[in-house]
Amino acid sequence: MADDALIVVSNLVKRFGPKVVLRGLEFTVKPGEFVALLGPNGAGKTTFLRILSSLSSPTLGRVRVAGHELPRQAAAVRQRLGVVSHLPLLYGDLTAEENLRFYGRMYGVAALERRITEVLALVGLAPRRRDLVRTFSRGMQQRLAIGRAIIHDPEVLLLDEPHTGLDQDACDMLDQILTQVAARGRTVVMTSHDLTRVEDLASRFDVLTRGSIRATTSRQDMPRDGLLAFYRRSLEAAKTDPGAAQ
Amino acid sequence: MKARSRVLLGLDVVTLLVMAAATYMVFIYAPVERTMGLVQKVFYFHVAAGWTGMLGFLAAVVAGIAYLATRKSSWDLVGLGAIEIGLVFALINIITGSIWARPIWNTWWTWDPRLTTATIMELVYAAYLMLRQGIEDPERRARFGAVYAIVGFISVPLTFFSIRIYRTIHPVVIGGGDPTVSGSFSMTPAMGATFGVALVAFSFLFASLLWHRIRLGQLGAQVEQLKLKLMH
Amino acid sequence: MSAFLRAMGAVVWKDLAAELRSRELISSMLVFALLVILIFNFALELDASARANVTSGVLWVTFVFAGTLGLNRSLAIEKDRGCLDGLLLAPVDRTAIYFGKAAANLVFILVVAAIVLPVYSVLYNTNLFAQPGVLLVILLGAEGYTAVGTLLATMAVQTRTRDILLPILLFPVVIPVLVAAVKATSGYLQALPLDEIRPWLNLLVTYDLVFTAAAFMVFEYVVEE
Repeated sequence: MADDALIVVSNLVKRFGPKVVLRGLEFTVKPGEFVALLGPNGAGKTTFLRILSSLSSPTLGRVRVAGHELPRQAAAVRQRLGVVSHLPLLYGDLTAEENLRFYGRMYGVAALERRITEVLALVGLAPRRRDLVRTFSRGMQQRLAIGRAIIHDPEVLLLDEPHTGLDQDACDMLDQILTQVAARGRTVVMTSHDLTRVEDLASRFDVLTRGSIRATTSRQDMPRDGLLAFYRRSLEAAKTDPGAAQ
Repeated sequence: MKARSRVLLGLDVVTLLVMAAATYMVFIYAPVERTMGLVQKVFYFHVAAGWTGMLGFLAAVVAGIAYLATRKSSWDLVGLGAIEIGLVFALINIITGSIWARPIWNTWWTWDPRLTTATIMELVYAAYLMLRQGIEDPERRARFGAVYAIVGFISVPLTFFSIRIYRTIHPVVIGGGDPTVSGSFSMTPAMGATFGVALVAFSFLFASLLWHRIRLGQLGAQVEQLKLKLMH
Repeated sequence: MSAFLRAMGAVVWKDLAAELRSRELISSMLVFALLVILIFNFALELDASARANVTSGVLWVTFVFAGTLGLNRSLAIEKDRGCLDGLLLAPVDRTAIYFGKAAANLVFILVVAAIVLPVYSVLYNTNLFAQPGVLLVILLGAEGYTAVGTLLATMAVQTRTRDILLPILLFPVVIPVLVAAVKATSGYLQALPLDEIRPWLNLLVTYDLVFTAAAFMVFEYVVEE
């Protein structure tokens, strides 16, 4: 099972000084899965995603992404990874295409100009390609951020609460783009504290609370109207779990 | 833990004894210098304090490199403790120097390379403490502290040489010097012995203080951990 | 190696392109530099007869103060919108990012110097370009300054007290650059023989080499968690 997995995390512990944020987290993702990581604020979702994306190193435990160990083989992992955080990671004084050109160069993307046109079309920003990013709305910035994250066509896309601060229209557009990315067979891991944001997108739902994955279910196993009950139940169960109270 | 605290107690006792011996030798055993008189006695603890300061800053660089290589938080404690102690002794060094300079050079202060470098060094390590204060995450605090301890230490000799190219009036007692420099003197054997004992005493003092400081830091970390446990 | 240069080039290009458009970094450094000169004018009564070493002192204090402004801003841009993470996510050597940022910062300071020098020459009716050695000193001094400054600014922007921290961290360790650059510049302005200037040039080169190498070795540790 672990052989064909794209992401394998076992017994992951992350401490900040005396504070334990992740406690023995186990997590496996197969190629092509769209995993929603659900959990309340402060559950450790962002920390976990930062470790998966090689920005932070684990205190203990094993993390393998696309066949490479973190943090030792970080460069190889980075080549296969796209990351969208709740900050856009874009330069306001550069245009949309200049931002993509910069990141494309950093990743050594071949035939970069064609790829930029392709990506801008995918995220629906082709008409604004020569406009400064600082003039973009939050929604447009977030779409461009996805474009930035997939400029090198990564196998895995990690998203940390990408819907934060977006209005309904912008959210719908974001979901459309993500659906297209997932339809191309890319593996996606996305965190959210809000189930309604991800229930139509994900193929699998993991509940992360108090530093470890407490429950998991998939679209096949769970009818859509059962998801909310499942999420609430998992959060309740974690509160009374003696293993979490340390 | 128990065996270690016994060794530490032993170290404290030895430190106390050598410090007492050094004090005795400075005030009673060592002869009074002919031209400068009593004020020359500042010299023993002045140089010993400067030595201890440098020892602290050097230890901090070693601890900094060790921390970056191993990421063990105990190295960070060593580095922080060494710099805190180094700062205090470097300050003692400057102040005792001033006390000596007043009658000998007829001024509390002069922009001589050693004085200036010593002062800039104090500022470097004060900046080190301010850097640490501005960081919440203990891991990042340790990392940045280690990097700055290394950068700061490398800058010290360059600072010294940059000011050295101006003419110096600071006496060079050890390694022979220019006898025309005001305040230089040659040591008699008794003075040399006193000086040696003072150096040893201050080195012991440094080791003992550093050990206590590390122990304090470890206990502090334990308290933090217990607090966090209680809150949950 | 080519991947290293490609990444470094991308960072430099990005910084210069953004600055060419906004001009916020160079313009704020420049206005600040002119203000500093103005203040010195009244504080020290600068005039045509002001001694060469006063001139070089004023120039270098101006560059150093204006430089911290630029360094802080250059790295704050990376930190504020998460771009530092964006850089770190790329599969490139961390030191390529460092050299890219340091090179861009060096260009910014040199541009400011290229404007301040003629302005100063006009204001005080002297010719700072009469001695090309001055330009060499500015290049050497600015290199050492940005080498350490970029490293320390990267740390400073990641702290809680970042607005005040950079000069406190930077000034005590760049004193050798400041002393040597001031003395070398005033040596050239007074047309002293090269023998008297050479020790200062040697010191500047040593500083540049030592600190560029040191920053190269430790930069990884100020960005990798």
